[in-house]
Amino acid sequence: MKFKGRDIISIKDFTKKEIDYILDYSKKMLPYAKGEKHLNILKGKVLSILFFEPSTRTRLSFETAMNRLEGRVVGFADPSGTSQKKGESLADTIRMADAYSDAIVIRHPHEGAARLAGEFAKSPVLNAGDGAGRHPTQCLLDLFTIKTEKKKIKNNKIVLLGDLKYGRTVHSIAYALSLYGADLSFVSPSSLKMPNEVINECRSLGVEPKSTSSLEKAIKDADVLYVTRIQRERFPDAEEYNRVVGTYKVDKELLEKGKKDLIVMHPLPRVTEIDPEVDSTPHAVYFKQAFNGVPVRMALLSLVMGGKL
Amino acid sequence: MKKELKIPQIKNGTVIDHITAGNAVNVLHILGIPRSSSSTVSVAMNVKSRFGKKDIVKVENRELDPNELNKIALIAPKATINIIRDYEVVKKHKVQIPDEIIGIISCANPTCVSNAKEPIKSRFKVISKDPPRIKCYYCERELEDINKSVI
Repeated sequence: MKFKGRDIISIKDFTKKEIDYILDYSKKMLPYAKGEKHLNILKGKVLSILFFEPSTRTRLSFETAMNRLEGRVVGFADPSGTSQKKGESLADTIRMADAYSDAIVIRHPHEGAARLAGEFAKSPVLNAGDGAGRHPTQCLLDLFTIKTEKKKIKNNKIVLLGDLKYGRTVHSIAYALSLYGADLSFVSPSSLKMPNEVINECRSLGVEPKSTSSLEKAIKDADVLYVTRIQRERFPDAEEYNRVVGTYKVDKELLEKGKKDLIVMHPLPRVTEIDPEVDSTPHAVYFKQAFNGVPVRMALLSLVMGGKL
Repeated sequence: MKKELKIPQIKNGTVIDHITAGNAVNVLHILGIPRSSSSTVSVAMNVKSRFGKKDIVKVENRELDPNELNKIALIAPKATINIIRDYEVVKKHKVQIPDEIIGIISCANPTCVSNAKEPIKSRFKVISKDPPRIKCYYCERELEDINKSVI
């Protein structure tokens, strides 16, 4: 299986076998990601981290991943101090970063920006989110979290909750979970339903997702509850937003209606959709999920830059 | 009653027949005609035929490359290309939708990078040929109305 020099743009660029390989490799990275063991397999390598949009977890975990492998990081977290402000094209910025480093991580507001970057860079490009489009490393760390917590992905009952229409992560994860034969349920307000295109993709992979607006019903026999943020700007008025947010609030009372070993995931940041009282319950795995960004990104950086474990 | 031709026969050149009615102008636009040529071009629109209405384009004294013409297949999937020499059809070719469409359709997604000021051409993967369905190579969104998005 060849990963060296490869771009990580969309989860759809990978076969199930390749995803399995990445997940297994990520597992091997766990003690190094926690700092219990040390590795220097990317020593002497430089990673460009170009963030044209804000981020906390993705940027920090990429930086941590590179540091844990003893590579170096250059880049920016805010494009306001760069030549983009002078009107430089993304293509030219990428050519420059390509000349300075061994791999490029990019987050950009335009969908397809990472694909474009991949065309202009000789070194591998890793997509850290392009607009409302793809976010493959998040998808991989979500799969890794489910696999680690539940030992398998197939046949697990997984509920995707929240803004399923515009949410960046839910479309990729619905596709990837279908690839693994998970049992999917979609719960959302009627105005933020999963697009038909995504549902058809799940069907083409042999999964028939159930759609409902009742969270209580959906979580009864669920193994995983994957929550996403409902964005205020998607609603015409505050009253409607408050009503919807109230309906889909995940709290202790709701979780008592589910299975004992139900896990709650969230790509974060959360606002009000998960009550902080859930944090201390065994259901909450969202902070562990955020940590899993480190071993998964260590695995990806190592694989595309040719580091040997 | 004598059958009269809507546009006269041409001696030499190319006839693009069976263009989906109303799409002749888009076809000319995609092919860069008349910008790319000084040939006489005749256009007939909404011509009655056995299969309903159609458009026809005749380009005189210029033989268009049939493969080049495949790029009109998205908006005129039933079009046929006839190469005419001395009033005779010497070559007939039915257009075929290529696997990839580059530079002639723009992505309808305003936040797609192909609509930003970048040194790239729009690029679409053909996901179905009948009916024609295409997906942007960059943002992976399917284009809903192909005819409206001709550049």
